[in-house]
Amino acid sequence: MTRPAGIYLTCLIGVLWREALRFMHQRERLIAALVRPLIWLVIFAAGFRSILGISIQPPYATYITYETYIVPGLIAMIQLFNGMQTSLAMVYDREMGSMRILLTAPLPRWYLLFSKLLAGTAISLLQVYAFLIVAELVLVDLPPLGFLAVLPVLLLTGLMLGALGMLLSSAIRQLENFAGIMNFVIFPMFFLSSALYPLWRMQESSDLIYRICIANPFTYAVEALRFALYLEAEPLSLGIVAGAMIVFFGLAVWGYDPRKGLVHRRGKG
Amino acid sequence: MDETQGIKIVDVRYAYGAKPALVDVSMALRPGRFTALLGPNGAGKSTLVSLLSALFVPQGGRISIFGLDLADDSLSTLAVMGIVFQQQTLDLDLSVRQNMAYFAALHGLAGHRVEQRIEACLTRMGLAARQKEKVRALNSGHRRRLEIARALLHEPRFMLLDEPTVGLDVPARADLVAHVHALCRDEGLTVLWATHLVDEVEAEDDLVVLHEGSVRAQGAVSDVLASCGASDVLGAFQCLTASASSEAAP
Repeated sequence: MTRPAGIYLTCLIGVLWREALRFMHQRERLIAALVRPLIWLVIFAAGFRSILGISIQPPYATYITYETYIVPGLIAMIQLFNGMQTSLAMVYDREMGSMRILLTAPLPRWYLLFSKLLAGTAISLLQVYAFLIVAELVLVDLPPLGFLAVLPVLLLTGLMLGALGMLLSSAIRQLENFAGIMNFVIFPMFFLSSALYPLWRMQESSDLIYRICIANPFTYAVEALRFALYLEAEPLSLGIVAGAMIVFFGLAVWGYDPRKGLVHRRGKG
Repeated sequence: MDETQGIKIVDVRYAYGAKPALVDVSMALRPGRFTALLGPNGAGKSTLVSLLSALFVPQGGRISIFGLDLADDSLSTLAVMGIVFQQQTLDLDLSVRQNMAYFAALHGLAGHRVEQRIEACLTRMGLAARQKEKVRALNSGHRRRLEIARALLHEPRFMLLDEPTVGLDVPARADLVAHVHALCRDEGLTVLWATHLVDEVEAEDDLVVLHEGSVRAQGAVSDVLASCGASDVLGAFQCLTASASSEAAP
């Protein structure tokens, strides 16, 4: 049966509102989301600044500091952590049973999951902008219009990384397994990308690692953000991020299909 | 949708891998009636609830709700169902009202109607005065009442409750059973109440006894008692589920 469009919108607003309320109750989450990249920016970058030269490369018009170079990577890191945290919350909701309330709403399951994904992405935007404001005030100098230009790309990268988290949440059977999975996802994704070092530097050190980096969708999320911050679009990165988002989300919807049986594993009595 | 057709479950099968949970289960729930689905732990009650709520898909057979086939139009059937799961599904860090509002949004309720429905449902379940409190502050009995209030928000015609009294003390349990019976009586709701506790079944209810994944008896309580020559529900339950009679609580 086709349901009126207003019902879809009301549902989306409800899911966004609930995620916002939950986020407001978790002040530690915002603090952690801010402190983690700031530590990288202030401490890690201070150590690496002197030993890692960054040559002029697009989208930068001149030499840049290492702090400036890693800002897009740290933004993507915030979104990656947020995606994993949302995924953890979904596993928790499933364990606690509250996921059933979402999944028994009279709307298509893909739409309910997409609403959840969009809500998680919206939360990541708040975290990213809080970080960007602090970074701009303290250490780096970004083009003012970049704050605006990066917004649609942030939405796309947030959806891609959130969809990855959602896919993982559909596959993880128990909350206890989550920490291990996160370590296997977050750290390789982050380190095997252009977040901390330019890829040409990586290629100089190891061709194999370079190839892994260029196969990592996180690399393209970082590059899409890097260019957007400097008011440029990078079509290849945007295309790969969009494609990865569609694949991850499609697999997540499949993972939550009752025929595959998310709740199937937990049935009793 | 034709409410007079009630709920029909025909030859439904479901298995967890090689382990069968429901074997050719058939039953018919009369509209506007309170039907107790009685069975010991592991009988297949929660599996049946998951199938009725479209969380699982039957591996055989058909389910129709008020004439609508669940497989063909699960969204329309979910729209007329109010579900209370065995596991509590409230968001503990949100207030009573916020939990209600979230559920209302999931069902597409908006505007003044939401306020009216929240007020009416909380009042019906005796929680109107506590709507600003965090759910975490409520005791188990009140949390269950809240789940029922929430399930009533979109004015469902079929209430599905899976062992809703688990973890409640005796007075809270009796209170909840009475509340749902009153709902069924006053508003003409069709109710399926899954339980393993025989004292939650009242003389005027319909009864389905489920054991080891198959229906052992069904009909009005008096008919089920007569069919096995028992004088009360406990006797009938013991007779019909002989191997698991020790799990029945009086």
